[in-house]
Amino acid sequence: MTAIRRRLIVTIVAFGLPALVVIGGAPLVGSTSIDLWRALDRSVPISENVDAQIFFIARLPRTLAGALVGATLAAAGVVFQGLLRNPLATPFTLGISSGAALGAMLAITFDWTIGFGSVSAVPIASFAGSIGAVAIVYALSVARQRGLSTGVLLLAGVTLNAFFSALILFVQYFADFAETFRTLRWLMGDLDVSGFQPIVLALPLAAAAFGLFATLPRALNLLSLGPDSAGARGIDVTHAQRTAFFSASLATGAAVSVGGPIGFIGIIVPHLVRLLVGSDHRLVLPASAIFGAAFLVACDTLARTVIAPVELPVGVITALLGGPFFLWLLVRR
Amino acid sequence: MKRLRPSRGGGANRGAAAAPSERERGWGPASMKKANATLLVVLAVWLACIETAGLQTAPKRIISLIPALTEMVYAIGAGTELIAVGSFDEYPPQVASLPRVGGLLDPDLERILSLKPDLVLVYGTQTDLRLQLERAGIQQFPYKHGDLASVMATIRALGARLGRGEAAERVAADIENRLSAIRSRVSGRARPKALLVFGRDALSLRGIFASGGVGFLHDMLETAGADNVFADVTRESVQVTSELVLQRAPEAIVELRHGMKPDQLDAERSVWSALASVPAVRTGRIHILTDSSLPIPGPRAAQATELMARALHPEAFEGRPVKRPDP
Repeated sequence: MTAIRRRLIVTIVAFGLPALVVIGGAPLVGSTSIDLWRALDRSVPISENVDAQIFFIARLPRTLAGALVGATLAAAGVVFQGLLRNPLATPFTLGISSGAALGAMLAITFDWTIGFGSVSAVPIASFAGSIGAVAIVYALSVARQRGLSTGVLLLAGVTLNAFFSALILFVQYFADFAETFRTLRWLMGDLDVSGFQPIVLALPLAAAAFGLFATLPRALNLLSLGPDSAGARGIDVTHAQRTAFFSASLATGAAVSVGGPIGFIGIIVPHLVRLLVGSDHRLVLPASAIFGAAFLVACDTLARTVIAPVELPVGVITALLGGPFFLWLLVRR
Repeated sequence: MKRLRPSRGGGANRGAAAAPSERERGWGPASMKKANATLLVVLAVWLACIETAGLQTAPKRIISLIPALTEMVYAIGAGTELIAVGSFDEYPPQVASLPRVGGLLDPDLERILSLKPDLVLVYGTQTDLRLQLERAGIQQFPYKHGDLASVMATIRALGARLGRGEAAERVAADIENRLSAIRSRVSGRARPKALLVFGRDALSLRGIFASGGVGFLHDMLETAGADNVFADVTRESVQVTSELVLQRAPEAIVELRHGMKPDQLDAERSVWSALASVPAVRTGRIHILTDSSLPIPGPRAAQATELMARALHPEAFEGRPVKRPDP
């Protein structure tokens, strides 16, 4: 126990320090050069302090959104891979992102607005869509037997993905051209949240999910031997599976509502981390969350600076950078 | 006869290519070769005649897939020859009664063919459709969005194609006159640095798309008496982050939100107040324009430009009511 605790501390420090540097440095970099001291100067009113506005309204929320989305998607990826015992599982495998995308598409296409205050309906509709998808998949997976069937879960999820994708295309087909382009852009993922509101809305959900994740590593380790062996070792398999499914789904729904379905993080980061620290979920889960946060923030920093003032979709960068790097690690071993 | 009429340009070649295939279809053995050669010449001459004739007789059954071109057809007085339009056409009101044959991405070829058009106005990138129309021997008028001057050029080219050169010249010259009237009206006034937004997520500062330094929207903004903050970006559109807005610090923001209801305007305008250091936000120079003419590079380009100019320089238009062109 002490050995694992020591390894956990070493892992968190080894991943955490570079991550802190990346996340701390990201708001300082951008298409404009800003004077940090002037940005932090409280004597100038914020409405006249452009540096402060760029720092606090444009970059800081964006960096935090990147860290939140990256950590959540990476950790959810680990949990889904463990739950489904499938290395190809991603946070988007079970139809959650397609449900979210359908919600967002509807909100964008029909220009929904929420009655109270000035809240954009897109993140809320996207979260509602992911909840809907989760409910359908779960209902299907428990319909015919006691406990949760991961086989049905996987098949139902994949089918639901296809079904929602068809609905998305259907909605898009009737949208006007500009809206179609905007929905397409949403699907590429975008972290320019321009304010803390989306983060504040998603944070409690992500925090709840991470609280549940903390209870999972031992169960996920044993589940990797198969549900029967796990049960024989004193794990309440159904309970663990249910916790894993709902917490990872919650995390994914929250992340997608903030940044759209940013691909690649949920599959590449867990595998990268496993190549570095082994397969013990007690290490993989926290390390993936930290690494995911840093990786997405780094990718987003590139996305907004590489050909500034024009911006690249962050999902393009995650795949372009992550793919070759992952293949290199794979071959090197 | 209509089926054989070749497309503009490649007429003679097409005639030559068509002839051998006629021969293969059983005209015959070697003994008839000479007769066939004569026939070939006759056919070529005949086709050439049709070609010239085709250019002289204006098309009578026109389908337009592009809103801007639909407006142009009506503006030059050829509206009665339109037999169908694209999914997104709304103006002039007469289009409401015409059949719809799809849009940019989903042209309905079957319906187009069944309506037997003799000219289809297509977008330049509709490659599949253009190939299919060519195969069916239907003439086409390809078009692509360009700058403001190309609106007039397109009107003139379309007028020539439809045999209404004079009317087209009048329409184009009228737009040019009105544009230069706007130009002189705003000249000498302080030109604000302006951001021209044509897309944004409802009630948030996400998904903002603005005009870059090329294209008709940019030209309209500059004609209306403002300097585009993205004049240095040689693209038609820029995805704008909040950092970019803060950095470029526009003195005026013009938003095109076609079809937005008046009761939504205040809420949408106040979304910008999050970026308090932007001069346009501090001085309240945020103009949301909802007129349907605004995103369309057609004959209402001058009207649209004037709306922008009126928003940016209201004092220059004092005492002058908005003049609408005849539909």
